[in-house]
Amino acid sequence: MGQSQTNLLQGTLDLLILKAVGDGEQHGLGIARRIRQITQGTFQVKPGSLFPALHRMEEAGWLSSFWGESENNRRAKFYRRTKAGERQVGIETKQWATIAQAMASALKAT
Amino acid sequence: MEWLNRMLRKFGFFAKREQANRELEEEMRFHREQAERALRAEGAPAQEAHYKVARAFGNEARLGDESHGLTSFWFESVGQDIRFAARQLRKNPGFAATAVLILTLGIGAGVTIFSFVDAALIQPLPYKEPSRLVILHESNTLGPHFHLSYLDYLDYLHRNTVFQSLDVYGTFGFMLQTPTGPQPADGASVSAGFFRTLGVAPILGRDFRPGEDQPAAPRVALISYAAWQRRFGGRKDVLGQTAVLDSHPTTIIGVLPRSFHFAPAEPSDFWATERPDGDCEKNRGCHNLVGAARLRPGVSFGAALADAERIGVQLAQQYPDDDHGRGATMMPLTEAVLGNVRPLLLVLLTGAMLLLLIAAINVASLLLVRSERRKREMAVRGALGASRTRLIRQFVTEGIVLAISAGVLGTALAGVAMHLLLGLFPADVLATMPYFQQISLNPRVLTFAALVALVAGIVFSLLPALRVLLADLREGLTEGVRGSSGLVWRRFGSNLVVLELTVAVVLLVGAGLLGKSFYRLLRVDIGFVPEHVATLQVSGTANTYGTAPQQISFFRQLGARLATLPGVRSVAFASQLPIGDGDGSGNFRIVGQVWPSDHNEVLIRDISAGYFSTFETRLLRGRYFADDEDTSRQRVVVINQQMAKTYFPGEDPLGKQIYLEGSPKEAMEIVGVVDDIQEGQPDAAAQSGMYRPLNQNPDNPNDGFAVALRTAQNEDSVLSSATMAIHSVDSGLAVFDPVTMTQRMHDSPSASLHRSSAFLVGGFAGLALLLSVVGLYGVVAYSVSQRTREIGVRMALGAQRSAVYGLILREAGWLAAVGIGAGLICSVAATVLLRKLLFRVSSWDVPTLAAVAIVLAVAALLASYLPARRAASVNPTEALHAE
Repeated sequence: MGQSQTNLLQGTLDLLILKAVGDGEQHGLGIARRIRQITQGTFQVKPGSLFPALHRMEEAGWLSSFWGESENNRRAKFYRRTKAGERQVGIETKQWATIAQAMASALKAT
Repeated sequence: MEWLNRMLRKFGFFAKREQANRELEEEMRFHREQAERALRAEGAPAQEAHYKVARAFGNEARLGDESHGLTSFWFESVGQDIRFAARQLRKNPGFAATAVLILTLGIGAGVTIFSFVDAALIQPLPYKEPSRLVILHESNTLGPHFHLSYLDYLDYLHRNTVFQSLDVYGTFGFMLQTPTGPQPADGASVSAGFFRTLGVAPILGRDFRPGEDQPAAPRVALISYAAWQRRFGGRKDVLGQTAVLDSHPTTIIGVLPRSFHFAPAEPSDFWATERPDGDCEKNRGCHNLVGAARLRPGVSFGAALADAERIGVQLAQQYPDDDHGRGATMMPLTEAVLGNVRPLLLVLLTGAMLLLLIAAINVASLLLVRSERRKREMAVRGALGASRTRLIRQFVTEGIVLAISAGVLGTALAGVAMHLLLGLFPADVLATMPYFQQISLNPRVLTFAALVALVAGIVFSLLPALRVLLADLREGLTEGVRGSSGLVWRRFGSNLVVLELTVAVVLLVGAGLLGKSFYRLLRVDIGFVPEHVATLQVSGTANTYGTAPQQISFFRQLGARLATLPGVRSVAFASQLPIGDGDGSGNFRIVGQVWPSDHNEVLIRDISAGYFSTFETRLLRGRYFADDEDTSRQRVVVINQQMAKTYFPGEDPLGKQIYLEGSPKEAMEIVGVVDDIQEGQPDAAAQSGMYRPLNQNPDNPNDGFAVALRTAQNEDSVLSSATMAIHSVDSGLAVFDPVTMTQRMHDSPSASLHRSSAFLVGGFAGLALLLSVVGLYGVVAYSVSQRTREIGVRMALGAQRSAVYGLILREAGWLAAVGIGAGLICSVAATVLLRKLLFRVSSWDVPTLAAVAIVLAVAALLASYLPARRAASVNPTEALHAE
């Protein structure tokens, strides 16, 4: 693909997926595209990571899924955030903010 | 609650997993198609877009597997592995059956022997703090373990400073009065504190009270649990019942615990009190008891022995008439109980473990060969997306399935085998090993079995798994069957076979030495001809035959009656039979020799005139007795060769006068010297002994005597008619232990021990030989199959068939030579362990070593000949075209 790929930090994928799904309904490819979009192309989620993550999160109860019609009338599996998923966004955002702040101050220190 | 939800969702996935799989597939297909479409929309050619997406996707099967793994129960894939493992094993029933069978035999042997070791050496003896218990003997010039007299016991009791308590036991059994007349009953007499010393309390009734072993106290007895069940039906009202023991009415006051046993006095049904008012008990020179003591807390065995020895020296000085030449000897009770089986059990355990090792090596080799054959399968599965852990887990599962099946089967086999093994011992001998009665698949034995299976499982899974880890999976695909990794296995497999052969040699040498010992034992010169001799024991309780003439006439009458039985050629009576415990001795002096000389303790047997001719014992000098040599004539005695050599070196003993200590007036003239009749166990050293005419030393038949009959043909058939004949002379006498002399030798404790060890180690060695030869065959055959192409090339280039034979046989011969050589070296070291069990065979007996080497070499030659022939018959054209 040519372009440089930033490794996803452990644990950030879940948050990215939850963000990408947002309040709407998205299928897997849509989620991957959305992640690329909202990170300005920094993160490209490969299917190899995406599907296990989706199923894991579904199993954890953060996402629910249903089969629907895609934009070009193909049957596709759509994911939606659950209540627990929304709570998880809150939790992980807070965690991430803590980490980011800590990292920033660590880097600023001389 | 969260985990509960999670669990429920997992169940949901589990229930719909077929659907989930289909859906996952569909989801991914959608993803792929959409991505392709997007790429094409950006202008990429269709083909390129397809590959690009496929590359981004990676291995779809693995992806599905991972995704599945996340949402499934861990045991689901384990279940799959087990199903697959079972299918693999089923698909290859020959392999599965061989591996399970070999391992089952190995584990079965190990667990069986361990159950014996557990019963004897691991389970604590049924006493309180058994390590503080010791057995006190007196030594004399015949050996270290002889009885104490009652008066000596009292002195040890009062003078010692090291024993918390000291008690005695005597093991002479009783004549029990029964409705059908007197019957011998196993039993022992003990001082009143005996069970308190051991720390054992009756489960029913009470223990002896202090003083109940005194003459004035009413006679009381405890009974064993087994006797309670057998003789009294386990009824509670046994307490207070009366048993007539040796014509003394005795009240039963208690029942001993089921777990209780005291091997030095077993078998024993009745435990009565040892009283100081017996004839023997009043005489310091009459030794009939053994001491059992509990050491004071903090007193070491060595310190206690020193104190006992001090008292022994005092007694010898104080009572030179009776105790000169005697001293105290002590051993831990555990030694007295287990002394004779410990070396046997350790040897058997070692043998069983070696067999288990061979079995494990063999199965490991099989697994390795198989993993080699499955290289391609692994490569394909890897290429299709199986992760390395998953592949390894497959081997682990197969190894564990194998180990568990063999573990379960082996344990079941052990459950059967342990009871069969007990059958190797005659009932009489088994009775002296009471701890074996508790043998069972108890938790400890089962734990042992589980541990063995676990270790086997780990080894069997790791070996092939290691193979997966080390080898590059792709190699399996690209290079096909001809791989350099074959070499790795061949080296490893060869080493295993060498190890197997080494262990097999050790076991075969052990079996050879034990077998030779047993052979020597059976053919040891016992000084008489045991074939066609029938023996019986007679005893009674009646108040008859009070005078010497009555006694002499009884024996004459009985002798005449027995001589008329059909098939009986001659009749003999004796105080004790040969091949016994080698007990029953006294001190003699030579008339005219300066006193005090050292105590000359010799065995004493009182025999009828027909004794030596009945036993066909060789007369070396002088003459036998005549039947009319009774108290009215000069007292005479026949001595054995050992006594002549020991006490009359370089002299002619004939005509010499000797007398037993304390009775110088009854001097006896030595009239003959006979061969050494083995009075003790067949493996015991020859002892000095003297034979006195029964008619000059008459004894009451009621006190017990032995009958020996030499028969013309089958001695077995005489036993019942002889019993009837004895009863026809005196119906009040009990006749028991009817047995032929050959059977008596066969059932003797030492023969039993030698036989069982030879048989068992022989069995182990046989299996080891088979397994190691099969192992060698496997390695050579595998090597041939790997080198088919090479051999084809060689033959195409002009190699002769003989050269191919040479090639293969050289390889096998090298392995066999190294294995046998290492085995011989190891066995010389290992058989030191055997030394205690060997009889007149040195632990590095050259003929045995040579025989083992030859047997193994021939077996190895055969094992490698078959594959070599296959190699030599390779058709070069086919070999080169193959693959």
